[in-house]
Amino acid sequence: MSTSVGIVSAQRATFEAPFTFRSGAVLPRHDLVYETYGTLNAAKSNAILICHALSGHHHVAGYYADDTQNIGWWDNMVGPGKPIDTNKFFVIGLNNLGGCHGSTGPSSIDPRTGKPYGASFPVVTVEDWVESQARLADLLGIQQFAAVLGGSLGGMQAMQWALSYPGRVRHVLAIASAPHLTAQNIAFNDVARSAILTDPDFHGGDFYQHGVVPTRGLRLARMLGHITYLSDDAMADKFGRELRTGKLNFSYDIEFQIESYLRYQGDKFAAYFDANTYLLMTKALDYFDPARDLDGNLNRAFAPAQAKFLVISFTTDWRFAPERSREIVHALLHNKRDVSYAEITSAHGHDAFLMEDEQYFAVMRNYLSRINEEISS
Amino acid sequence: MNTSIIQSRPDFAAIAAWIPQGSSVLDLGCGDGSLLRYLRETRQVRGYGVEISDANIAASIANGVNVIQSDLESGIADFENQSFDFVILSQTLQATRHTEALMKEIVRVGREGIISFPNFGYWKNRLQVMLGNMPVSDELPYQWYDTPNVHLCTLDDFEILCDHQKILILGRHVMTNGSEVHMLPNLLGSTAVYRFRREA
Repeated sequence: MSTSVGIVSAQRATFEAPFTFRSGAVLPRHDLVYETYGTLNAAKSNAILICHALSGHHHVAGYYADDTQNIGWWDNMVGPGKPIDTNKFFVIGLNNLGGCHGSTGPSSIDPRTGKPYGASFPVVTVEDWVESQARLADLLGIQQFAAVLGGSLGGMQAMQWALSYPGRVRHVLAIASAPHLTAQNIAFNDVARSAILTDPDFHGGDFYQHGVVPTRGLRLARMLGHITYLSDDAMADKFGRELRTGKLNFSYDIEFQIESYLRYQGDKFAAYFDANTYLLMTKALDYFDPARDLDGNLNRAFAPAQAKFLVISFTTDWRFAPERSREIVHALLHNKRDVSYAEITSAHGHDAFLMEDEQYFAVMRNYLSRINEEISS
Repeated sequence: MNTSIIQSRPDFAAIAAWIPQGSSVLDLGCGDGSLLRYLRETRQVRGYGVEISDANIAASIANGVNVIQSDLESGIADFENQSFDFVILSQTLQATRHTEALMKEIVRVGREGIISFPNFGYWKNRLQVMLGNMPVSDELPYQWYDTPNVHLCTLDDFEILCDHQKILILGRHVMTNGSEVHMLPNLLGSTAVYRFRREA
């Protein structure tokens, strides 16, 4: 029977050694907040790292003793008897560097100034995250992960693990991801960033000192994002042209249900997410491109990878379309790496990677069972 | 499971017998991955399967074999020239739409191709047609109106296509009920397995 991992609590690791970003910027010290589920075996061979996407964090599964409604963002996937089975694996979720859920980020206090980092927080890349995750792995005594996995931006981190540390990851699961963003995708991110950057309450990123939050910009950014995470069909199914009051009001108030939904999602997000973190996350997405220094040759980019791969895409995901996943598969085939690819039929667009689906979960469950057999033998 | 899979699919035994240790294999329409798993466990092959069905993708993954979800007729385009020692197509040729193009693709991607298919020229099939009906049998278990088989052929027909396409046949096993047929194969054989390559 699959159940919840139950009550969990976040842990904090402080890294005193300076962290040098790909940009050259340096953080003298930093914290990472993380959660773990399950038990690390004696050989330390059953660890799985879950990398989060744009708005994710360390709270992957379970709930808090003092906040039982706060359920982890991937609780349907991670737990005892679930596809990522915490009876078998030691699962780690963390909040990435630059995040706004406890790890050092733009809203953290810079010890050098006594003020929030704000605009001075370094631009962070997927490669930087993998470096910081490797430090966390060192701290936990994990030399090699059984698997590193994630969806979307999380899938990019998982792939980068295979490129940065080929010997430290046995399996990579890249779900609803891409080898790099397309121009259209970067364009969406730029509109989202523009919404934040042009909000008068943004104050060049140092809004904390002004006691304000660029809520309007953040809300617009999230509304735009939400549109692109859903499929046309899913939106039509869920909202259609339904009107809130059942009639036209000839005004600019919220009339259609889809407007109501988007504004609700935008408001909810703007109430807790940090605008600077949002900027950083979208920039990390835009920058990720392992083939950039290799004339765009993805085959060469994947040459260092040693891990076995599972690549998963969803048919109606147009933000990270199946074609983009097939590019990853193609590069792995060229390099004669072990790779399996599943294209899940789903109506839910990019969001599908977070939702329960029989075929998706069967593929995950079967693949992870094989990993478990492999590390147990 | 190793022996049982071979018993249940005599064409698998013939295919496996042709594949040396450590070969690379692409199995088009790999089903649940049993053949690839058998080849990995007994021949240490490096293999990939191509499959379209969701259930077979999940089953192949459970069997621990590499599997790519794709339509095999378009999916093979993703594979590079001569990138596999063997490309296998078992009991699927007759259900492919662009059969001629697929044959060319098989010898493009594989140094050798191995294909098994039901022989439409088998006497029991001929008899059923003579008696006035489309054949229905263990190997052709469909009615004419629900069959996925659109390109059935006899052994002679297949060999003529190979000749047209400058494909050199390197070996052939013809079987009925799992036993090798040597006499009048196009009449007495119900299933055939061919091994071939592009003429140099």
